[in-house]
Amino acid sequence: MAKENQKCIHCGEDCGKYPIMWEEKPFCCNGCKTVYQLLNENKLYTYYEMEKNPGVRVDEPEFGTKFAYLDDETIKEKLLEFKDGDYSKITFYIPAIHCSSCIWLLEHLNTLNSGITYSMVNFVKKEVSVTFKEELISLRQIVELLASIHYTPMITLDNMDKKSAKKEDRKLLFKLGVAGFAFGNIMLLSFPDYLAGEQGVEPALQRFFNFLNLLFALPVLIYSARDYLLSAYKNLVHGVINTDLPISIGIIALFSQSTYEILSNSGTGYMDSFAGFIFFLLIGKWYQNKTYQALAFDRDYKSYFPIAITKIVDEKEEVTQIKDLVEGDRILVRHHELIPVDATLVKGVANIDYSFVTGETNAVNKLVGEPVYAGGKQLGAALELTVNKSVDQSSLTKLWNQSEGGIIPKQTLNNMVDRISKWFTIIVISLALITMIVWFFIDAPRAVSIFTAVLIVACPCALALSIPFTYGNSLRIYGKRGFYLKNSQVIENLSKIDTIVFDKTGTITQSNALDINFNGVEPTREQLSFIKSIARQSTHPLSVALYQHLSNLDSHYVDSYKEIAGKGVEGFINQQKVKIGSAVYIGAVVKPADEFMSRVYISINDQYLGYFSLENKYRDGLTEIISQLKKKYEVHLISGDNEGERKRLMHWFKDNKYLHFNQKPADKLDYIRALQAEGKNVLMIGDGLNDAGALNQSNVGITIADDIYNFSPACDGIMESGKFKSLYRYIRFSKSSIRVVKISFLISLLYNSIGLTFAIDGLLTPIVAAILMPVSSVTVVVFVTLATNISAMISDQKKLA
Amino acid sequence: MTILFVLITVSSFVAGIFLIAFIWAVKSGQFDDSYTPSVRALFDDDVVPENSTPEIKDSSNNENE
Repeated sequence: MAKENQKCIHCGEDCGKYPIMWEEKPFCCNGCKTVYQLLNENKLYTYYEMEKNPGVRVDEPEFGTKFAYLDDETIKEKLLEFKDGDYSKITFYIPAIHCSSCIWLLEHLNTLNSGITYSMVNFVKKEVSVTFKEELISLRQIVELLASIHYTPMITLDNMDKKSAKKEDRKLLFKLGVAGFAFGNIMLLSFPDYLAGEQGVEPALQRFFNFLNLLFALPVLIYSARDYLLSAYKNLVHGVINTDLPISIGIIALFSQSTYEILSNSGTGYMDSFAGFIFFLLIGKWYQNKTYQALAFDRDYKSYFPIAITKIVDEKEEVTQIKDLVEGDRILVRHHELIPVDATLVKGVANIDYSFVTGETNAVNKLVGEPVYAGGKQLGAALELTVNKSVDQSSLTKLWNQSEGGIIPKQTLNNMVDRISKWFTIIVISLALITMIVWFFIDAPRAVSIFTAVLIVACPCALALSIPFTYGNSLRIYGKRGFYLKNSQVIENLSKIDTIVFDKTGTITQSNALDINFNGVEPTREQLSFIKSIARQSTHPLSVALYQHLSNLDSHYVDSYKEIAGKGVEGFINQQKVKIGSAVYIGAVVKPADEFMSRVYISINDQYLGYFSLENKYRDGLTEIISQLKKKYEVHLISGDNEGERKRLMHWFKDNKYLHFNQKPADKLDYIRALQAEGKNVLMIGDGLNDAGALNQSNVGITIADDIYNFSPACDGIMESGKFKSLYRYIRFSKSSIRVVKISFLISLLYNSIGLTFAIDGLLTPIVAAILMPVSSVTVVVFVTLATNISAMISDQKKLA
Repeated sequence: MTILFVLITVSSFVAGIFLIAFIWAVKSGQFDDSYTPSVRALFDDDVVPENSTPEIKDSSNNENE
């Protein structure tokens, strides 16, 4: 049924479902198309000479005042990264970046406009930094230039108040660098002692080595290990024992015992084990933290809102920041613009698409004097509105704050690990104490050093590594299969799910595909082309869908076109009167049960022909996935849409009590809360802003997206829409990840008990520690990596079978 | 034997220089993006094409002299 996606003719990448066509050749993106056009038109040899020819088909910019707000000084100042004399620098987030042609094109912006001195792409983050001379090109012109080559930057309200997010990542690298440096050097300086054999190293030299080791170990303790020690301390103060406590005990035991031995000149100490331990820990942390930088999992309403809007002051249009809007301001909202605040309609025909907020696909009509709510998109001619509430008082913003405020903290994770850590710590400390007391009677002077030896060997190095490596690797495995999780906590939460709640529109239905069928007297080809020409005039979503459905037919000139908001459109083509719209408008009789169906009724010359029914197309494999999930989980559906599809959905969900329609965003949130109050672990799968509250509230909230880099509300994970079928496998895989962690715990405990036998007998020499610790760590890391990969492979095989 | 003390001290300092180099590299953002540079390296340099304007030719000639 589904045919293979085409390959891009320029770079060979998969073009996806909707390739960009030029001269009947498919391209994956506009970057490739542009580069190809250049090559093609200039017979290859002037590939490098972009500035000399009209070459790059910069689509004639027709942005009007769309980006006018970028001329505003205060906005500009907030967006610019820095401004130094003539030069300014700005970084844009451009979701469209996706292949090497994109990089090439965006890094050659300077050939398109000499005002741009330098542009650099960060592919991983999908960002481009542009350095430019403001006297030659304005910020607005740069954005318009980018938009004209189809790389429209995403500039939202969110850009206005965040600046430093990347610093944290670097700190970890610094710590890792310091620990690695110390570990390497300490190991080199410890080797003479291990390898010298019977005669030993010359005492003066050994002392020198020991002191150097102490010197190298200090920054590791103070800087690299700081987070573990602080976290353990803070938790202990609050009476909580977490994994960091046994780790910190190990760190302190290792360091103090070694320092004592070095200073008292009684031994060489375990500084190599100490530095190695922290180095491995940090590697694990780094591995686990490496997530998807280009994806945003924490977007709130600010990411959806534009920065500025047109305000009407004394009959003149001026651009103002949305934040500055106050009650009573008059604003202008154009076609396809978002209404940023709750307001009252003053002028114009409002045809507002609230699908973004409510999930309801049919646009809503409002009359002058009626209130309109933030989050809607106007379709059609421009509107004038009077502001009722400022941005942070709007209904949409409130919904957000409500879900934020009442949220159950998702830190349930590491439950398992923390529980184990608690017992582990108690057992280790009591064991160490018992050993010390016993040794006190056997050989009193050695008792203390054996006490620390037990603490050292019990240090849960392998234990601490198994979690980051299992989860880190699982995240990568998920990512390769089109499922992107916010962090590793989600894996554990996902494995505990027992209830699944689906949103309807855009989640189990495809967001941009409709099943369109005609019922009634089959129209002729000519009549269809009339319908197409009429539909083309209107911006109503149903008209747009119908127009696309009929797009390969001829177009005609439409005379005396009329659009009656909320009813339909009419016009004359070749002296024939063509009317399309609602049943009432056309004069068709409908059964009450069909009232909610999305239908477009048609009449030509006042003669009723029939209607087009527009039904949502359900995702491929929905039947299988629901029947799979129903065996093990409670499956609910909650939709902001009307009841029109209840009958069809019953086929999958069977039980009426699990189907809910006409749910507002707040209802969805409450529904999840109610389920949780029953003690259920809820997985919510949604797609839009209307699900944001529910996604946030649920134990795991997953967004399904056609383009993972585009809008997605705050969530725990983003799923590529094509991977919907794999949902069940994803959940199953989270369970096998947890199993891997448990097995690796057993392995590391085994190593700990081997080490303990050495320690209790008083045989733990530095060399034994130096061998035992890396060996146990390596086995655990290798084991978890292999085990997760193998279980992913098995899971893939099962699908094929 | 005493030379060892000197050598090891010196080598530790050399190692320290590498640590500083690493920290500088991280600070200057070399670890921020691990993908783009690999692609960038494959782009051809902006060569001066044959039919370019005389000024550019002149300047390149001057450099050769």
